[in-house]
Amino acid sequence: MEPRISIINKRLQNVKRVVVVASGKGGVGKSLLSSGLALHLEKKGCRVGLLDLDFYGPSSHIILGVHDVFPQEDKGLIPPRVSGISFMSLVFFTHDKPAPFRGGDITNVILELLAITQWGSLDFLIIDMPPGIGDETLDVLRFIKKSEFLVVTTSSKVAYGAVEKLLVILKEQKIPLLGVVENMKQGSSSFVETEVVGRDIRYLGGILFDPHLEDAIGNTDSLSKTTFMKELVVCFDRIFF
Amino acid sequence: MHEWALAESILSAAQETAEKEHLKTINEITILLGELQQIEHDIFEFALKELAKTEGKKLKHVKFHIKQEKSMLQCTRCEHTWSFDEMKKTLGIDEAEAIHFIPEIAFVHARCPKCSSPDFDIIKGRGVSISSIKGS
Ligand SMILES: Nc1ncnc2c1ncn2[C@@H]1O[C@H](COP(=O)(O)OP(=O)(O)OP(=O)(O)O)[C@@H](O)[C@H]1O
Ligand SMILES: [Mg+2]
Ligand SMILES: [Zn+2]
Repeated sequence: MEPRISIINKRLQNVKRVVVVASGKGGVGKSLLSSGLALHLEKKGCRVGLLDLDFYGPSSHIILGVHDVFPQEDKGLIPPRVSGISFMSLVFFTHDKPAPFRGGDITNVILELLAITQWGSLDFLIIDMPPGIGDETLDVLRFIKKSEFLVVTTSSKVAYGAVEKLLVILKEQKIPLLGVVENMKQGSSSFVETEVVGRDIRYLGGILFDPHLEDAIGNTDSLSKTTFMKELVVCFDRIFF
Repeated sequence: MHEWALAESILSAAQETAEKEHLKTINEITILLGELQQIEHDIFEFALKELAKTEGKKLKHVKFHIKQEKSMLQCTRCEHTWSFDEMKKTLGIDEAEAIHFIPEIAFVHARCPKCSSPDFDIIKGRGVSISSIKGS
């Protein structure tokens, strides 16, 4: 018998909202948006946690510039604070080496992380997801009942084609869906907005491609000053404040 | 001491079982400690007993049977099998500790001793599991 499942609700009982940043497509900006959202909510005075569930290509620690910290062992693991955010990632254990997991291993890792991480009281737990609707997405749906999804796409029809699959399954399963962000927006096409609204899903707005974003990666102060962040705030304040 | 977090999950799963099966009391829980996770038997048992005191009347007189489970790893490519004992010799302290927190980290820091493949399975002895719960 698997004991870990039954403790997960307790671990998350003082977490008010769980925001899952997901997409059917890779490379659309989930990780940047997750970190950006966490930083913004923290600035607004919220207690925020960030969990990186992308085991093949973890990125949150790179974006936030996480160095020389490790969870504190106390009846579980207490995530270290990074720029005011409680941060948990598998990189603390992989030492940034590749993690060649099969599906069942991913489920085990997610279960273990959720069972031993002591988040304490949080207003928001943000989850940075890998792309797609595979193991991680199914496990989040299975284990974290209070998940609310925030879906990211780009303006490309190719990206949206994959993102739509995620939207369809979330809708079918009646999972709370906060809305869709159109990241790295180019041109003035309203293709994504029309499609999203046509599915009766909230379109949260577009974020333009920011040529200076790359220079700010790894430094949360610089990140907070980017045009990317200014536009992100406009999209998210619509739903969170 | 993240043993506490896992011990807590055992008790919470036992409570859940009691509810599902309409048990008034739980008399005995048999737990397997998989070798890979390197859980300290004594700390774990102490945590279970301490936590059981605060779990209410269903777990008041519960007995814990804790058994060690030997590990077996098997390579998906060449089918060679080996154990954590053997694997441990190739690991640094930090790496063994990381596996203690999350056993699947073995895939990160260890390889098949015969063909060096990272593609192997944990057949047995992964971590903490419940083998039986008895109650009335
Ligand atoms: N609005 C933007 N302007 C400029 N660059 C951006 C923008 N959004 C994201 N990027 C860049 O695009 C790349 C992909 O972003 P990110 O890693 O956040 O995507 P992802 O969806 O998390 O990818 P993966 O699917 O691999 O997890 C990064 O180099 C990031 O800096
Ligand atoms: Mg990412
Ligand atoms: Zn082999």
